[in-house]
Amino acid sequence: MPTLIKSQGGRMVLANDPFTHVDDEEALPPGDVILSLARFQTEGEGLLSDGRSVGVRLTTDEEVEALAYDLPRIAVVALKFPKFLDGRHYSNARILRDRFKFPRELRACGDVLREQAGFMLRCGFDAFEPADGSTPEQWERATRRYRHVYQRGVDARVPAFVERSS
Amino acid sequence: MYRYDGIDKEFVADRAAEFREQVNRRLAGELTEDQFKRIRLMNGLYLQLHAYMLRIAIPYGTLSARKLRKLAYIAKTYDKGYGHFTTRTNLQLHWIKLKDAPEILEHLAEVEMHAMQTSGNVIRNITADPFAGATADELDDPRVWAEAIRQWSTLHPEFTFLPRKFKIAVTAAAKDRAALRVYDIGLALRRGRSGELGFEVMVGGGLGRTPYLGPTIREFLPTRHLLSYLQAILRVYNRYGRRDNIWKARIKVLVASLGAEEFAKQVEAEWEKSEQEPVDLPDTELARIRGWFTPKFATLAPASEAFEQAKAADPEFARWTRHNVHPHKQPGYAIADVSLKTPGQTPGDITSEQMEVVAELGERYSLDDIRVNYQQNLLLPHVRLDDLPAVHAALKAAGLATPNMDLVTDIVACPGLDYCSLANARAIPIAQDIARRFDDAERAELIGELKIRISGCINACGHHHVGHIGILGVDKKGEEFYQVTLGGSGAEDAALGSILGPALPANKVAEAVEQMVDVYLRERTAGERFLDTFRRTGVAPFKEAVYADAH
Repeated sequence: MPTLIKSQGGRMVLANDPFTHVDDEEALPPGDVILSLARFQTEGEGLLSDGRSVGVRLTTDEEVEALAYDLPRIAVVALKFPKFLDGRHYSNARILRDRFKFPRELRACGDVLREQAGFMLRCGFDAFEPADGSTPEQWERATRRYRHVYQRGVDARVPAFVERSS
Repeated sequence: MYRYDGIDKEFVADRAAEFREQVNRRLAGELTEDQFKRIRLMNGLYLQLHAYMLRIAIPYGTLSARKLRKLAYIAKTYDKGYGHFTTRTNLQLHWIKLKDAPEILEHLAEVEMHAMQTSGNVIRNITADPFAGATADELDDPRVWAEAIRQWSTLHPEFTFLPRKFKIAVTAAAKDRAALRVYDIGLALRRGRSGELGFEVMVGGGLGRTPYLGPTIREFLPTRHLLSYLQAILRVYNRYGRRDNIWKARIKVLVASLGAEEFAKQVEAEWEKSEQEPVDLPDTELARIRGWFTPKFATLAPASEAFEQAKAADPEFARWTRHNVHPHKQPGYAIADVSLKTPGQTPGDITSEQMEVVAELGERYSLDDIRVNYQQNLLLPHVRLDDLPAVHAALKAAGLATPNMDLVTDIVACPGLDYCSLANARAIPIAQDIARRFDDAERAELIGELKIRISGCINACGHHHVGHIGILGVDKKGEEFYQVTLGGSGAEDAALGSILGPALPANKVAEAVEQMVDVYLRERTAGERFLDTFRRTGVAPFKEAVYADAH
């Protein structure tokens, strides 16, 4: 089972993951699951009425807008990075938080490295499946490298132009 | 000139500390070169043919004496005693050792400089009109906006993993001295009907293997919305720019494939849907930035007797003032170019000693303000007319007073195959050949404005597509050949050049340039520049002259 690091109260902690990532060809395990968009669209309804918690995993070719009507029923949105250089999910994350006001877990999975930690946190991700074996301490350190930021993000950090005027 | 406050200083210090740790991990073998690559590229460190190359950011091409002296020191201490100014107004050092790179970043941080975002698929160094704050034809100082964009784009969390690199240029004058139409985003300040200031927004220009001039997607964007509108453009690009093919990943391909109108529609829709207020800078912050761009000019007479006398007495000085000196908005001042194009030298190269000289002159005579322009020259933006003779004498002694701005020997060239692992052919020796052939100031002056641009490969770092004469190095079965284009322009009359004919061998290029110049001198009518004559006559007479032997 992959490591799951969560941002809680401004700290990075190791978390138990009640969800199982399920591939499209895989038999459905019991319990809470994270499905692809396609599988969620065919099987999600039934699973939700069984009382399961269901998450949806998007590829970088998929857009968060596709989830707009289902968001209230979705427990986790997992955005999968096929390679760390593919930055589309940073915009997906911003839209999910800023525009759709999605309040629950937003998870980064796939090629997730500590060099991206600060950017991800600032775009609204709050759960991470690091692919480089990062510990919560390393992850947290990576997000605290910079004492200042120059733009408003989804996180609570105060941008330089506000720091200056206060 | 903008000065860092505590926040900016801590920011670059944090960056330097982070990089030191990363380099230590690499040197200790904890990171492979492959893993390290993506990290070093975040800090402008490239691995080239012979050594590491460090590209240092010079935001909107503005330097102080202290900064330039630091660059001189770094070049002398960690490199071979010289640096290379690029067409993006950055400085490249081509012989860097990895172990020294963190120390260099610390030196840079000391003088409010860095190498952030000079590589990688991010928003790169912001460029602006090099005459900013000095030219009478500007509506505002574009550096205010360039600095606002610099800060906003620094480690932007959403836009650090774009499909490809992203370049933004800003001007505030009618004349385009920043090549806006070949930028990913070109911003030109305009005055609206109600007197309000706003930007004409051009998107999707670029050179490389598929050159485009950027179309205007919005005629007038009120200045207060600048950052939220940029966010909308970048977001559309980040989501829909191609990532499957590196050669089609620039925003120009997205804009061209959607069409400018459809692209504009998508940007407007995204912009409407976003909350703008949290993104756009408050007036207080803009005012704070603006406060740094208010040079203290003296009240002077508009004419200078010393200047007029020197011109009358010294024809060489007079020639220099004709080509390398430009009018200033403030009476009694002028803008003075510093030529890095002495025939025979590598375009854009400057030694540490020369940097020291320019720093000294900038401090003493130009309100401590020194600029880099995209033609790979420096300039002193605020020189008193009275001081021009002294400035000229000092520049001349340092080999920096060639009176050739925008003339045939003011050639732009990328580093080419002498340094760059991407190049197909050498660019520097071709530039040197041409410059030597026209190494007669009187003849160069007679020929007048003629912009030659040379790139060693299709990536077009030497801007060959927008040269009046463009020269592109190509590889033909292991031999260097050069394809010539004519009629390009990167200025307000922007155009892409058209191909002259079959590529030429290296030893034929300078001769071909001379043959084309002869055609121009024969064909031109009064007041016509090379470009104007070409546009009137078309390619035929030039082609005839160059390929005559082949018939």
